[in-house]
Amino acid sequence: MRVPLSWLREYVDLPAGETGRDVAERLVRAGLEVETVEQLGGDLKGPLVVGEVLSIEELTGFKKPIRHCFVNVGDANGTGEPQEIVCGARNFAVGDKVVVVLPGAVLPGPFPIAARQTYGQTSAGMICSARELGMGDTVPDSFGGNGIIVLPPEYEPGTDAVELLQLVDEVLDIAVTPDRGYCLSMRGVAREAAAAYGLPLADPALLDVPPANSFGYLVKVSDPAGCDRFVARTVVGVDPNAKSPIWLQRRLQKAGIRPISLTVDITNYVMLEVGQPLHAYDKQRVDGPITVRRATEGETLTTLDGVQRKLAAEDLLICDNSGPIGLAGVMGGASTEILDPAAGPGTTEVIIEAAHFDPVAIARSAKRHKLPSEASKRFERGVDPEAARAAAQRAVDLLVLIAGGTAEAGVTDIAAPHPVRTITIAADLPDRVAGTAYGRETVTRRLQEIGCSVAGADVLEVTPPTWRPDLTDPYDLAEEVIRLEGYDNVPARMPNVPPGKGLTEAQRTHRRIGVALAGAGYVEVNNYPFLGDTAFEALGLETDDRRRRTVKLVNPLNDEEPALRTTLLPGLLGALRRNVGRGNTDLAIFETGTVFLPKDELTVAPRPAVDRRPSAEELAALDAALPDQPRRVAVTLAGERLPSGWWGKGAQASWADAVEAARTVARAAGIELTVRQGQLAPWHPGRCAELVVAGTDRVVGHAGELHPRVVKALGLPARSAAMEIDIDLLTADGAEKVNGPAVSGFPVATQDVALIVDDAVPAADVEAALRSGAGELLEAIRLFDVFTGEQVGAGKKSLAYALRFRAADRTLTADEATAAREAAVAEAVSRTGAVLRGA
Amino acid sequence: MSAPNKSYDPVEVEALKPEVVEQARDEAVAAFAAASTLDELKQAKVAHTGDRSALSLANREIGALPPHAKAAAGKLIGQARGAVNQALAKRQAELEAERDARVLVEEAVDVTLPYDRAPRGARHPLTTLAERIEDTFVAMGYQVAEGPEAEAEWLNFDALNLGPDHPARSMQDTFFVQAPDGSADSGVVLRTQTSPVQARTLLDREPPVYVVCPGRVYRTDELDATHTPVFRQVEGLAVDEGITFADLKGTIEVLVEKLIGTGLELRWRPSYFPFTEPSAEIDLQCFVCRGESVGNPDRPCRTCSSEGWIELGGCGVVNPRVLVACGVDPNRYSGFAFGLGLERILMNRHNVADMRDMVEGDVRFTLPFGMEI
Repeated sequence: MRVPLSWLREYVDLPAGETGRDVAERLVRAGLEVETVEQLGGDLKGPLVVGEVLSIEELTGFKKPIRHCFVNVGDANGTGEPQEIVCGARNFAVGDKVVVVLPGAVLPGPFPIAARQTYGQTSAGMICSARELGMGDTVPDSFGGNGIIVLPPEYEPGTDAVELLQLVDEVLDIAVTPDRGYCLSMRGVAREAAAAYGLPLADPALLDVPPANSFGYLVKVSDPAGCDRFVARTVVGVDPNAKSPIWLQRRLQKAGIRPISLTVDITNYVMLEVGQPLHAYDKQRVDGPITVRRATEGETLTTLDGVQRKLAAEDLLICDNSGPIGLAGVMGGASTEILDPAAGPGTTEVIIEAAHFDPVAIARSAKRHKLPSEASKRFERGVDPEAARAAAQRAVDLLVLIAGGTAEAGVTDIAAPHPVRTITIAADLPDRVAGTAYGRETVTRRLQEIGCSVAGADVLEVTPPTWRPDLTDPYDLAEEVIRLEGYDNVPARMPNVPPGKGLTEAQRTHRRIGVALAGAGYVEVNNYPFLGDTAFEALGLETDDRRRRTVKLVNPLNDEEPALRTTLLPGLLGALRRNVGRGNTDLAIFETGTVFLPKDELTVAPRPAVDRRPSAEELAALDAALPDQPRRVAVTLAGERLPSGWWGKGAQASWADAVEAARTVARAAGIELTVRQGQLAPWHPGRCAELVVAGTDRVVGHAGELHPRVVKALGLPARSAAMEIDIDLLTADGAEKVNGPAVSGFPVATQDVALIVDDAVPAADVEAALRSGAGELLEAIRLFDVFTGEQVGAGKKSLAYALRFRAADRTLTADEATAAREAAVAEAVSRTGAVLRGA
Repeated sequence: MSAPNKSYDPVEVEALKPEVVEQARDEAVAAFAAASTLDELKQAKVAHTGDRSALSLANREIGALPPHAKAAAGKLIGQARGAVNQALAKRQAELEAERDARVLVEEAVDVTLPYDRAPRGARHPLTTLAERIEDTFVAMGYQVAEGPEAEAEWLNFDALNLGPDHPARSMQDTFFVQAPDGSADSGVVLRTQTSPVQARTLLDREPPVYVVCPGRVYRTDELDATHTPVFRQVEGLAVDEGITFADLKGTIEVLVEKLIGTGLELRWRPSYFPFTEPSAEIDLQCFVCRGESVGNPDRPCRTCSSEGWIELGGCGVVNPRVLVACGVDPNRYSGFAFGLGLERILMNRHNVADMRDMVEGDVRFTLPFGMEI
């Protein structure tokens, strides 16, 4: 809602020096979100006056046609002599009234105006266009459009045009929250301003309205639930050529509504003033009585915007004998539209509709037909049903006053009975909600200020005003009191929170994983979880890969990415590529987040009632309808993992780094991982590790080098590596409690052993065998060399281990250590076919 | 070695004459002093203290002396050798110290050489900002609660007093999840706020409830400098006996003080959220210009767009209808709730001009934030 300050002052006698910003600050504290305060004509300075064009001389020989004019500006130039002005515009003629800016003035910009020589003539001022005067970027034709302004003939030359065109003003732009529908009107905002300043309100809806009678336009409401009020008035003898006066056009313009024609402008003006949407019909085009009813499926209506709309059974309609003539509360129909005299005989007889419709019906129709209109916006949020009569009267008055019409005596007013809503509220409820003591008198006074009638003492019986349909329960009233008393005046104190339990194990683990990866040199990124099939193609997933089964959005941001991720890799690899594209060559990044995995059985989530706690079955059904959303962590690396430098060569990121990242994650979670040779897209088939929780068969993720085809498809650096692991699966059993080891003070005995095995034998198996064979004396084992070559034979590899032996209670003899080593080797030989090298 | 000779006259033994002994001693001391390297000193040591040195030879003569003469001669030689050894040790120490000093000089390096061998990592500032807020509340005794991002519509809207036709429902541009039949009637959305975690928590545990809920939320905004369709909130909820708006104010004041600093004014603006009543927007006085840029075009403030205030988030007293829908007795319990947008706090607290930087994953953006903020 755009509120011109000059207009607001008509209803509230605000202090003279109060600026738009001052008023905005008060309204903000009362709960109106004033987004901007626009300064109109802030740097404008006169003289700016009405002029009458006396003569026009067309100058030729220039690149464009130029006019040399003499303009009567009255006494405004101090001499009374005609003003000599050169002008490039052409949309005016001798005798026209125009707006002239004289030397010494400043136009918005600021552009100081001075007399000057141009096109061989003196130009002492300018004939102005609306844009030059700062009247907005889109100027209606009534203000000359892109040309200069031609005023109605009645204004005297020399009249001050700053005042006439109301060029200096401030406009408050207010974002009205859905509960404050009444503030979509000057009346509502003025009421808030009056309360904020403690001033009286001149209510524009307080008008003398003749009572309803039987000879008004015939209206039949067959759906009183959808339309509980319908006021109709008729005006005849309207001058179709009458134009909206400048003040009316300017107010509409400042409020952000484009002037169209006098009758339509008046309905819009009254809507802005009182908040009641009106509709004007050309009475001669309406065929018989008006009926309000629901549509029948398949009916059509061509609305004012020229679009033929297929109606749904729920749509509330205004009809005549010919069928639908309007989508109630949303938009009128084309067939009974007010006619523009420029395109034939204009409208001379008007029916004004001021009705009250069911907010839900209007909201649904507006949504269904994608027609959010000024009218529907107001009906959805609640319009004062008691304002309908006054609004219709106001429109009639303006049609009579400005358009020369005659109000017919018939007054139609169909009203479904409205139960009086009374709310019972304990007088101390606002105190208890706010945590302060207002007292009963303050509570009563504040409620009366917003239009409630209040009775009672400790328990109040409150009847809210008709324009506040949002006030339905005691807490609504408590909020009003607290808000008007000022949130700033509520004291601050701390609740008495019982002792807390801190973070959960899972939360601590999630943090440790992030810290561990960042400590290992990975940088965290957050990607959107949206993706499409192309992402799966790029990863080389088989058509039956489970990850292709996704949760899909009805309204994705991008039609190419309609699904939610089932793996973190597409987003993460995208971030890798983006970084590489920006010149970062050595990268290690990670992401943690949820993936979305559809359940095997898809169901629809119920919508239980809200007047009670849902049943256990309902709650279970809610969760059953949600996809599984486990938490994952993934890393990817490219380029140098350890940089080269003056110290020597670094190390390229490789599959091994990706596997190590998985171990880093597992260690942070207190879980031991074992690694097996795996095969899964998008990894290199020979360089993919399957990550398994030690001692179980539970696969929790994969790591390794990416498949070269994937690297190529995604434009990644060669040999990029990646890891993805499911944190929830990893930590499903929790970490085992660590018992402090007994640290032996006896000396260590180190023995090396080199074993030759087939290439295909996993090093992990050899190590496991050595460990198991070596027995308790083995303190540590470390693979320090892997060798392939002629010496060990084709298809073989040599694995060299350093074994550290130590006893808890004695110094080991060389024989004991050797015996343990031999036992270790024997186990490796028997399990893996290893041959002791050099044996 | 010759046997004792009773007729032997020590005075007659040339090598044991005091002047000869003293000369040998002085020559040795001089030779040590003259040695300029440890090698020279070693040679001098052999020459003057070795088996063939004058003093050693003289010492041997003592054995042949008559008993009455042995003591005097022994003393003479002993003193001379003592002096020699002392001189040697002293010179040895001097030369070693010189050598050590020289080696340390030679071993000097340029310690300004860059050494970025261990790659640096960092956590995303939105993650660490959420943790900082969590920690503030955990210290007060709150728990951290979490909930799913793909959420039941009922929990995201209905339970929070946003019925199917509520105008506020269209204010929040919601991503709807496809139903099995492809329609929008799955009853599942991407949560538009972290508030459904409120409902989940109340359905899950008995009051008193004090929780904060950080998480990602979704709205159908296009990504630009100040909007992102996927963003983060931290929700707070307290439900207990006697909770009031005043408790909310005190709690937010503590949070702001911990998070941003002291001495900044807060503005409590009445607003509207279906799940709270009364509702408020919290504005924080701009900590860059402290409001001095307002109406002052010469001193524009980028942080607050010269408005003097920065929007922190929304809050209010929990609407009793929410309590009812979650099975909490509104006559016994009341509560407050708040929701803060983390991106905006990060932008303001750390002067981030463009929200896209938080989204695109450029490591240059994240690295400076390190492990905690």
